[in-house]
Amino acid sequence: MQTHIIIITLLALLAFSYFTGRKRSIATASLSKGRYNLHSRPQYYGMMVVLWAGLPALLILFLWTAFDSTVVSALTVSQLPEDVQALSEGKLSLFMNEVKNIVDSGNVSDDTNKQIAAEHYKRLSEISLLAKTVVVFVIAVLIILVALRSIKPTLQARNHVERVMTWLMIACASIAILTTVGIVFSVIFEAIQFFKAVPVTEFLFGTHWSPQTAIRADQVGGSGSFGAIPLFVGTLLISLIALTIAVPLGLMSAIYLSEYASARFRAFAKPMLEILAGIPTVVYGFFAALTVAPFIRSFGESIGLEPSSESALAAGIVMGVMIIPFVSSLSDDVISAVPQAMRDGSYGMGATKSETITQVVIPAALPGIVGGVLLAASRAIGETMIVVMAAGLAANLTVNPLEAVTTVTVQIVTLLTGDQEFDSPKTLAAFALGLGLFMVTLILNIISLHVVRKYREQYD
Amino acid sequence: MTEAMTHNIENRDEFNVEINGTVGKPLIDDPKFTTRNVDVHYGDKQAIFGVDLDVGKNEVLAMIGPSGCGKSTYLRCLNRMNDTIPICKVTGDFKLDGEDIYAKNQDPVLLRSRVGIVFQKPNPFPKSIYDNVAYGARLHGLTSNRAELDDLVEKSLIRAGLFKEVKDDLHKPGTGLSGGQQQRLCIARTIAVDPEVILMDEPTSALDPIATALIEELMIELSGKYTIAIVTHSMQQAARVSSRTAYFHMGKLVEVNDTDSVFTNPEHQLTENYITGRFG
Ligand SMILES: Nc1ncnc2c1ncn2[C@@H]1O[C@H](COP(=O)(O)OP(=O)(O)OP(=O)(O)O)[C@@H](O)[C@H]1O
Ligand SMILES: [Mg+2]
Repeated sequence: MQTHIIIITLLALLAFSYFTGRKRSIATASLSKGRYNLHSRPQYYGMMVVLWAGLPALLILFLWTAFDSTVVSALTVSQLPEDVQALSEGKLSLFMNEVKNIVDSGNVSDDTNKQIAAEHYKRLSEISLLAKTVVVFVIAVLIILVALRSIKPTLQARNHVERVMTWLMIACASIAILTTVGIVFSVIFEAIQFFKAVPVTEFLFGTHWSPQTAIRADQVGGSGSFGAIPLFVGTLLISLIALTIAVPLGLMSAIYLSEYASARFRAFAKPMLEILAGIPTVVYGFFAALTVAPFIRSFGESIGLEPSSESALAAGIVMGVMIIPFVSSLSDDVISAVPQAMRDGSYGMGATKSETITQVVIPAALPGIVGGVLLAASRAIGETMIVVMAAGLAANLTVNPLEAVTTVTVQIVTLLTGDQEFDSPKTLAAFALGLGLFMVTLILNIISLHVVRKYREQYD
Repeated sequence: MTEAMTHNIENRDEFNVEINGTVGKPLIDDPKFTTRNVDVHYGDKQAIFGVDLDVGKNEVLAMIGPSGCGKSTYLRCLNRMNDTIPICKVTGDFKLDGEDIYAKNQDPVLLRSRVGIVFQKPNPFPKSIYDNVAYGARLHGLTSNRAELDDLVEKSLIRAGLFKEVKDDLHKPGTGLSGGQQQRLCIARTIAVDPEVILMDEPTSALDPIATALIEELMIELSGKYTIAIVTHSMQQAARVSSRTAYFHMGKLVEVNDTDSVFTNPEHQLTENYITGRFG
């Protein structure tokens, strides 16, 4: 049986066992005073059978399928002639790939070694599949039978089901956490490689960024300098400009939408605002580069400044517009969720609408608003395309918004695009930058959580 | 089942007495509030039908009646709280000290600082206990320094009978209090701004007998200086604190009389049925 057929059959079997379990619980129960003397409601007995049988069976199926080809390959290799086994690791895996191709395509190879290996591989795979089918179903059926037999009115099926459910939920939560941890570790690992070539202090405190290194010894190239300060300053500068635009505009529009606008206008305007977040960033990018940046330049020149044609300001402004909906939409939701009774209380004390909004509604909604701003901030920090197109690639260390700057994400992209050697400092620098960025956002998150909690203590 | 029960009650004979205008003395000589021809609609549904009623200077007027008869709705008209409900339409003639409070040029904000309200459901702000009580005083600039404000907060809490319980936790959130404590916090908040008229919607519904007695004393004390209108489901409370009692029934004002005579010698059949506990 093929894997997907196994799954479908197994699910059907489980569905059947659910109904059997349910029926059996009722059959074993007796009526007393018009109620069944069951510990739990019948569907819990069915569910218990399904969970007990389904989880192990599916787990085995999953693991078997995941490690199937590795094990079969290893077994095949161990049967190969000595001289093939003695091949280097890379060549051996190439050899096995070809073997698998032969098996998949059904062709006949001229190389007898490969042909024999292919036949061997095919036979092992078939045995494995058969064994898998048998094991999965035997286990499922056995557990179902045991579980069905154990059903009696005193069996605490609900408690069993709830316990399994709790563990399932914990498992789900752990997957998210483990993924994050995995990502962090892979980044850290590469970053450590980088820091072997470039000292940490140079990376953290260096003010010059020019990652060009000679790839081959005979090449003429820069020695490369990896001071990340200009990148982080650039990132913060642009994000700050974006937030300066997005927070007031977003908050104001949220207040207008939730407190002043008519229901009809709100129903129309809110989705319109949210569209802003759905426009591809490339589109924002050329809006920034072709419209905003030239405007800033000519405006700056007209008042006697000398803005460069690519500027942090242009990118920041456009990015600010892009993240308005993150602030406005979330804030609007939390502001609308503040109960009317709270507003009534304030009006009843003789407060005006604006007093009510600033002193009661906004403080009550603050944790949610901060959440929206945070989301917007992380979006701004991570944004790449607009910066490439509007702020340039020059790693200037400046806080002048009229100059070209570059950001961490942009540099990561430029470092990793094109043909690269994967162990040169230039490429590895990308991981160090990623790690740095991760740290920055992490710290931002911790700080804002702290702020929210402190404020909440006062207000909730 | 509940629906069937209500249905049943409303079909009972004692409930189906015709209401032809208000009996007793709804109008008085020296009124603080006069209200005439008051109709209130929530959307298509009418909640108040042609009520004429005066609230006298320095009196405590009690409003009683079965649940859903429109007591809260009428009370909320008096400081235009119903303005905040979009579907609510109030018509009629409302005068406070002879001044039309629904006139075009009347500012409801100003009105509400003169006519305070304690709501049926306690609704403390998500702020500290101190800030809850100081809220109105800060808005209206009633105090000029911190010490005065502290003083005002303390006095208001004492009068509402809450101070002893919270004096060490003034900077803890008001929403963390128990239901009855929250109710007293809202009373303290309202009396802190010193309004001329205080509207109270079942202010003691969540209070124990001791706290209730305290609030009733407060009302009696306040009535020397202020005008108070109170909605209550407790007939004893109405008897203890009020000088006049108004009986509402299905959106209509059935009877208004001196409290003594309402409870000893009701004029209208419906009033009698209600106070003798034949329904409601
Ligand atoms: N916000 C509202 N929207 C729609 N209908 C309302 C609203 N508030 C009250 N009503 C209706 O108006 C009628 C009177 O309600 P009101 O709250 O004034 O009753 P009440 O006499 O205060 O009752 P209770 O003693 O239970 O507080 C009820 O039928 C109610 O359904
Ligand atoms: Mg009410």
